[in-house]
Amino acid sequence: MTPDEVKHHIKTYVIVFIALAFLTVVTVAISYLDIGVKAGIALGLFVASIKASLVACYFMHLIDEKTTIYWTLIATAISFLILIFLPISTMLAQARIY
Amino acid sequence: MSEGNHKQSFWTKYIWSTDHKIIGIQYGITSLAWLLFGFVLISIMRYQLAYPGTPIPLIGSLLGPDGALPPETYNSMGAMHGTIMIFLGVVPLAFGAFGNYLVPLQIGAIDMAFPKLNAASYWIYFLGSVIMVVGFFVPGGAANSGWTSYPPLSNIATTGQTVWLWGMVMLITSSLLGSVNILVTVIQLRTDGMTWMKLPIFVWTQFITAFLLLLAFPPLEAAGILQLMDRLVGTSFFMPSGLVVSGGGPYAGGGSPLLWQHLFWFLAHPEVYVLILPAFGIVTEVIANNTRKPIKGYKSLVYAMIFLGFMSFIVWAHHMYLTGMGTTIGAFFQTTTMIISIPSVVILTALLLSLWGGSIRFNTPMLFALGFLPMFGIGGLTGLPLGLAAADIHLHDTYYVIGHFHYVVAPGTIFALFAGIYYWFPKLTGKRTNEMLGKLHFYSSFIFMNGVFMPMFIQGLAGLSRRMNDGGETYAHAAGVIHLNEFMTISAWLLGVAQLFFIVNMIISLRSKKTGESNPWNATTIDWTDTTSPPLGHGNFETVPTVYRGPYEYSVPNEKNDFSPQSQKG
Amino acid sequence: MDIPFNVKERPDTGLYNGKLGIWLFLASEVMLFGGLFSAYIFLRTGVDNWPAGTEYLDVRLATLNTLFLISSSVTMVMSWASLKLNDFKKFKFYSGTTLLFAFGFLVIKYFEYSAKFSHVPPYLPSTNNFLGIYFTMTGLHVLHVIGGIVVIGYYFGPGSKMWKADPERFTNRIEIVGLYWHFVDLVWIFLFPVLYLL
Repeated sequence: MTPDEVKHHIKTYVIVFIALAFLTVVTVAISYLDIGVKAGIALGLFVASIKASLVACYFMHLIDEKTTIYWTLIATAISFLILIFLPISTMLAQARIY
Repeated sequence: MSEGNHKQSFWTKYIWSTDHKIIGIQYGITSLAWLLFGFVLISIMRYQLAYPGTPIPLIGSLLGPDGALPPETYNSMGAMHGTIMIFLGVVPLAFGAFGNYLVPLQIGAIDMAFPKLNAASYWIYFLGSVIMVVGFFVPGGAANSGWTSYPPLSNIATTGQTVWLWGMVMLITSSLLGSVNILVTVIQLRTDGMTWMKLPIFVWTQFITAFLLLLAFPPLEAAGILQLMDRLVGTSFFMPSGLVVSGGGPYAGGGSPLLWQHLFWFLAHPEVYVLILPAFGIVTEVIANNTRKPIKGYKSLVYAMIFLGFMSFIVWAHHMYLTGMGTTIGAFFQTTTMIISIPSVVILTALLLSLWGGSIRFNTPMLFALGFLPMFGIGGLTGLPLGLAAADIHLHDTYYVIGHFHYVVAPGTIFALFAGIYYWFPKLTGKRTNEMLGKLHFYSSFIFMNGVFMPMFIQGLAGLSRRMNDGGETYAHAAGVIHLNEFMTISAWLLGVAQLFFIVNMIISLRSKKTGESNPWNATTIDWTDTTSPPLGHGNFETVPTVYRGPYEYSVPNEKNDFSPQSQKG
Repeated sequence: MDIPFNVKERPDTGLYNGKLGIWLFLASEVMLFGGLFSAYIFLRTGVDNWPAGTEYLDVRLATLNTLFLISSSVTMVMSWASLKLNDFKKFKFYSGTTLLFAFGFLVIKYFEYSAKFSHVPPYLPSTNNFLGIYFTMTGLHVLHVIGGIVVIGYYFGPGSKMWKADPERFTNRIEIVGLYWHFVDLVWIFLFPVLYLL
């Protein structure tokens, strides 16, 4: 990376930092809204995902990373989603989830 | 390519070595020793199964007050037999030993990508394995809740279970580091011309295995942490509400034993493909070499294995059909389980078709590779009724399951590993094994393997449950099949005796003279064609080869020889 | 005997070995924390009296901790950018600031934990599964923060000698450490709302 490109990146880092700080305040604010548990969870996780994407794309440079890394992360994301959603789906038929 | 003569102490050269070949041998020796120990455990247990209540000869007084195995001791030996065979034996041998030694050689690399990390992986494995076995010496004995460690039983079990958990954390860490190493090595250190589709199938299997280990092991580590919290700090992650434990608690409750099962099987199902994939790789190499023909369906093999790896993540609850998950999700897992049998069939078919029209050399490695095929076939086919929930209701937790998985791992994977040892012995040592002893080893092992495991299907179909220290003789439905235990036990002991052929062969072959040949099998892969036997200490290759051809160019028309090395131009 | 592509990128993948290695390691860490998040979902949906985070936890302290970690992430990437611009002094400044923010996180965590243990009645992991999973997940996260501090501290201190010997290799090391550190931040970005707010 040339020095000019790095300087441009630094500008991005500062902008992302400000966005992250703002979104942190938003996250806390959402928790005080009276929107019900399910909506609260969905909205809270949504904002967290935006923050996580900013860190991943700009601090971790994922936005212009190489294909190999993308494939690794896609495989990881799929197995992560399987791990999160499949176990609990086996409990759906339980009238009383225990 | 090799460095100048710098004096390395014995410790640096052989103990703390960062050379992948030494580390591979370290993994190999350690894992073979643990396999033997695991075999001794089951040999003792099988005495009890054949002659329930009878004192064990010679060592009985060490094991129980009246010389017979107390139930807790039987259970400890059973849990540790499974754990040791899988995590201390087969995986370190198939992945740690074979993978470390051969992957860099087969792709033209001078070492693994992270040699120091490699050494650390081995020593963490070694330490973890010792910790595991120390469990036998703590009050209450080793872990005794099955290798599957289901709570609530494992939560309230004796100290040995905590030792098991710490051992697992170390073994998992070692595995993860090893996986990262193999993945980076294969992606980054392939030599010029070694494209993905020119890789030996052996390397593909190690690569996919590494991915499975990388992504599937951590949830078990998470579960291990949760169980350590339950046992050491008194949390109730796996303790349901309302459970009363004599001498234990009080527990806050609210936990779920099923949570452990999900996290455990999320690993343990991909784990069985970790057990079989390296075996597929070894068998492919040996078959190609000893038929003097290219493998049929190289691309099919690669895509089938990748598909197998992916599918292995979404079938695990077929180990949990009886936990009340409902018919919809049950149907989902049955469907994925049926689908996952397809790539296995593709792979087995490709290997069988590869034999057609070959100039087959029936040497020891080839005998083991050929023996693998029908044995794996039986293992795979007997998995099908287990994968269907309706049949599994009858067969779950019976000896049928034990027969099924042993067929895949014992005359399956372990035969493939023997094939690999006999095949690559000349490369590691520059010497040859004794063919007569090798053949005796194979034929006797083949007969006695079937003697031990085939009757288990009969017992299982009769409904005989697993993990019973008296073999289940008190049950009425055992009446017609319990007598098979003596036959199976004697087969097991004779199987043990048969391994003497192997041990003696290794000793006399290691002491024999070097033959001076670097490629006695006339193989095509660059581990054989471009290295000495054994390969150079530093850097493996006099000159790092460039690759021009695929891995199995045997009997190419109009060529002088019946094999064309990957590094040969033209 | 040098392993190829340790410092210079391999042309077809565009990666140097360490970068691929750390991303693969992070993939396994995603699955480790994923296992714990899956456990959280399983445990929470299994009971109908799951307490609100605010019943036991202090949102203000955790918000401050979140800002500490986000700031440390910025200073971490700035320390790498400084090396790319050949400014070793700036690297030291940003690296040191990263360590300060990380220590700040640990200090607040210490106050949080000790407040729970000294509460009457004490709030322990064994009290209920909410506290159990809270202590386990934040505890594992803290261990990762400590690990990060050790490595960042090493390269801030004795390890920075490598800058003189092999600046490109050193810069790569800092990039790799940074990726690990950003991941630690990422985990907290999810832990914070899940445990404290939802």
